[in-house]
Amino acid sequence: MRYLPLDARERAAMLTRIGVPDIETLFADIPADKRIQGLLDMPLAKSEMAVERAMTAIANRSLAAGSAPFFLGAGAYRRHIPATVDHLIQRSEFLTSYTPYQPEIAQGTLQVLFEFQTQVAALTGMEVANASMYDGSTACGEAMLMAHRLTRRNRSVISGGLHPQYADVCATLTHMAEDSIVRLPPDLKASEDISAEIDAETSCVIVQTPDFFGNPRDLTSIAAAAHAHGALLIAVFTDPVALGAVRSPGEMNADIAVGEGQGLGNGLNFGGPYVGLFATRTKNVRQMPGRLAGETVDAAGRRSFVLTLSTREQHIRREKATSNICTNSGLCALAFSIHLTLLGAVGLERLAKVNHANAVQLADRLSAIASVEVINTHFFNEFVMRAPRPAAKLIEALATRGVIGGLPVSRLLPGAGLDDCIIVASTETNTEDDRAAYAQALADCLR
Amino acid sequence: MPEIRYSKDHEYVRIEGGEGVVGISDYAQQQLGDVVFAETPPVGKALKKGDPAAVVESVKAASDVFAPASGEVIAVNSEVESTPGLINEDALGRGWLFRIKLADPNELSSLMDEPAYADFLKTLG
Amino acid sequence: MNMQGRPTRPETAAAPAGETFTGNRALDVEEALIFESGRFDATGVDVDEPPSFQSKLGPHERQGAIELPGLTEPEAIRHYVRLSRNNYSIDAGIYPLGSCTMKHNPRLNEKMARLPGFADVHPLQPVSTAQGALEVIEALSNALLTMSGMEAIAMSPKAGAHGELCGMMAIKAAVEARGEGEARRVVLVPDSAHGTNPATAALIGYSVRSIPAGEDGIVSAEAVRSALAPDVAAIMLTNPNTCGLFEREIVGIADAVHEAGAYFYCDGANFNAVVGKTRPGDLGVDAMHINLHKTFSTPHGGGGPGAGPVALSSRLAPYAPVPFVVREGGSVRLVEHVEGRKSFGRMCAFHGQMGMFVRALAFILSHGADGLRQASEDAVLSANFIRASLNDVMSAPFADRPCMHEALFDDRWLKDTGLTTLDFAKAMIDEGYHPMTVYFPLIVHGAMLIEPTESESKTSLDLFIMTLRDLAIAAKAGERERFQAAPVHAPRRRLDETRAARQPVLRWTKPQPA
Repeated sequence: MRYLPLDARERAAMLTRIGVPDIETLFADIPADKRIQGLLDMPLAKSEMAVERAMTAIANRSLAAGSAPFFLGAGAYRRHIPATVDHLIQRSEFLTSYTPYQPEIAQGTLQVLFEFQTQVAALTGMEVANASMYDGSTACGEAMLMAHRLTRRNRSVISGGLHPQYADVCATLTHMAEDSIVRLPPDLKASEDISAEIDAETSCVIVQTPDFFGNPRDLTSIAAAAHAHGALLIAVFTDPVALGAVRSPGEMNADIAVGEGQGLGNGLNFGGPYVGLFATRTKNVRQMPGRLAGETVDAAGRRSFVLTLSTREQHIRREKATSNICTNSGLCALAFSIHLTLLGAVGLERLAKVNHANAVQLADRLSAIASVEVINTHFFNEFVMRAPRPAAKLIEALATRGVIGGLPVSRLLPGAGLDDCIIVASTETNTEDDRAAYAQALADCLR
Repeated sequence: MPEIRYSKDHEYVRIEGGEGVVGISDYAQQQLGDVVFAETPPVGKALKKGDPAAVVESVKAASDVFAPASGEVIAVNSEVESTPGLINEDALGRGWLFRIKLADPNELSSLMDEPAYADFLKTLG
Repeated sequence: MNMQGRPTRPETAAAPAGETFTGNRALDVEEALIFESGRFDATGVDVDEPPSFQSKLGPHERQGAIELPGLTEPEAIRHYVRLSRNNYSIDAGIYPLGSCTMKHNPRLNEKMARLPGFADVHPLQPVSTAQGALEVIEALSNALLTMSGMEAIAMSPKAGAHGELCGMMAIKAAVEARGEGEARRVVLVPDSAHGTNPATAALIGYSVRSIPAGEDGIVSAEAVRSALAPDVAAIMLTNPNTCGLFEREIVGIADAVHEAGAYFYCDGANFNAVVGKTRPGDLGVDAMHINLHKTFSTPHGGGGPGAGPVALSSRLAPYAPVPFVVREGGSVRLVEHVEGRKSFGRMCAFHGQMGMFVRALAFILSHGADGLRQASEDAVLSANFIRASLNDVMSAPFADRPCMHEALFDDRWLKDTGLTTLDFAKAMIDEGYHPMTVYFPLIVHGAMLIEPTESESKTSLDLFIMTLRDLAIAAKAGERERFQAAPVHAPRRRLDETRAARQPVLRWTKPQPA
């Protein structure tokens, strides 16, 4: 087996040094009647070529987003990722290192995390960010729990514009932790009055902007209402590139900003691994979950970086830890950071502008089709389109014509009465030809 | 010379009239190493003996500080929150954590005086 | 005749290394932060300006500048390449972190994960266009079920601790379904457990009752029996345990737990020792997470991403979270909603760590049944070999019986040297090795936990052992300076962690003019 360096002679010599007659003796603590002779139902070892052949055959049974006009977002976005990003994250020293517990030989990872934290804080307009979470949805759940700790309350109010699966994650955590939650109904047009739901028991309000349906929201008044009741505002975003165009959570007085970072540096990967972004105000840092890299000096006085405030973590605090999480999403955070470093503020703003421009042009084209309506007054790169057909069937029909036209809202919100709504997204990867193909296919399907 | 009593969890309470000043013992600060963070209870909180009242963290450990006696918190040492190293430098003096109004002076009899605490430390090896 | 030329011998024998002007030391280069070297008007990505259009941002348009520096492509590559060279990695040497399982990361797996049919598939594409991706989930699920001998598997948890949370949520849902939600609120956790176990129990509102590990490093069925009561919902037990031992009373423990009406959560962090040797399902386990990044070698990436699918017994299977896949004839269906099922809910958006699933599946296919079993055996063999080769110079607790895939040492042997476990670990850095896990498990004083994995050659193991022997002998000979100053040859000396924690500097800020 190509990955196993020991040979039979060496194994025998090692057994002799250990002083046992055979390998089975080393497994003697496993009760004899519970030992198995092998994994009988599984095939035997395969060559690299054979594995590649088998895996490629499976991969070919999915449609790659890049091979079709592709207009699906809803929390995951297809981006052009500079070749530099994948080259750098595949360097052995990044790819095959562990969490930087020995900082003397992990300054590379630690400095990256420190830069990442600074980038996330700048992007969100917040003061401090952690070294990343699993993804946007789990970051959102953790933000809710953090708000409970900070306010010593346990009631969260969730906007109907929050990504439904993020809301489901919060609801599951709430149920299991025996807290309480108010979920507002799906809010297609950003017209809910969430401030009215905040009371003296409320720990936090969770609002997404741009929301699940693509509407950017002004959070300023919600923040004020929350603060008036001693509650916190958690601002959520699902595409980091949006922050190159719309007002940041920090500008709108959010207390915690969380979001999905996949849209920079990371591919679609059928939903994971992604990278959760998590930022807050400095005064809240001790209740923030996740790892943190901090600056210090070494014994020779040189600037250095180290994991810090780790007493918040479970290996020291055990049942009193701020969270049970012990990994971040290191390599995805690195990819995010490299992509954002390549862009800089200038590139990010321009990229955001192109995303917005493409979406506006697409909306114009689609709404020109008779019976098709674009709902949103304002949007960034995603909007809701209403057509006189069940959306799920329409999307399937578009797919058979080679166009991935977006997300039927009913897939994530069945029974919400939005069965004719499709969330359509556009990024810089879409061309004029893609838009033309979509408009043509849609017109054909509606004919 | 004010009277000082110790708990088996290494908290001390220094009795000043009907009030008690609470902190961690010199032995405790040595065991913890460099203290990097201290969190005191809110003023006005009513503590029962044995309640977790404050938190002291070093780089290697985080430790709850339990109330060595019952009573209402009437003051906290904000200086240790900004300069937690005071607990290492002067645990029994400037490194105090909070002050309580003693609810039941009889509780103090279950705590150790200084010689008893010194003997207790010897048993810990 | 041309008499020019360059000297071909060093002029002086080893002159002492002095300070350099730059602070650099040849290949080891000091690298500024991007916020210091980058420019706020630079970019390394050419983005075409869009044709003019009518903005739809309305009042939501961002006003202020974003303080993000940019680097052009050559600058960016140099920055990250230089940074990378300050990291130790498994590709460069043995990485013997106990309980972390730093084994070889096959590059085939990286290549497979980048196939467009996996990497460029959106999680919400019409299911009819994502059959290959769903087949990967199905195939990996089936392989994990075969290895674990369990009934069902929840694939979505994103890492080990997330898997723990998932398993404990399934247990809580099952307890509630039996109408015992109020009565059963306690989780038994051995004091040798990883800290995530009590943290997970606390997160779902359970309180923790600690069980002491015995003198022999394992949990006895007797100790569990005496801690069990009608208020116990579950036990969380790591097997093989954090001392590197197989919990040999596990069957008795499982029986006792089940008799008491509780569930058995097994922390599968160390599953890699027993794949193909025994199956948790046969041992009476109700839920166990499997760290794909440990057992199946998906790269650790400097701290994630991981993946922590949870195998469930038939008693817990109905409570598994959404989503999950179901085969229906020729195609695979994705169940995304609870819709009247007993499922306890959802762990995360989308369907889990697909990129990790692909890598793990490639690892499993490459090894096959024979290779997986051999990998377990080699990992255990190598750990025992290390322990047998060092226990005359270092002290190993519980050494009267074989260990599993980790060799545990304590610091009794350092007594009277004035040195600590940390000093020993830091001296290993100067010798070119990443240290082992230190000070864990907590129940062993000054613990040093060595996990060589199956990836080390005999030559590599022999060199490692020789180095540790040399260091141990030097420590006992009183060479304190060598240890207390270490590391001196690494990119950094020891760091001031107290300062980092007392005055946290967690981001770059613009220097204020003095």
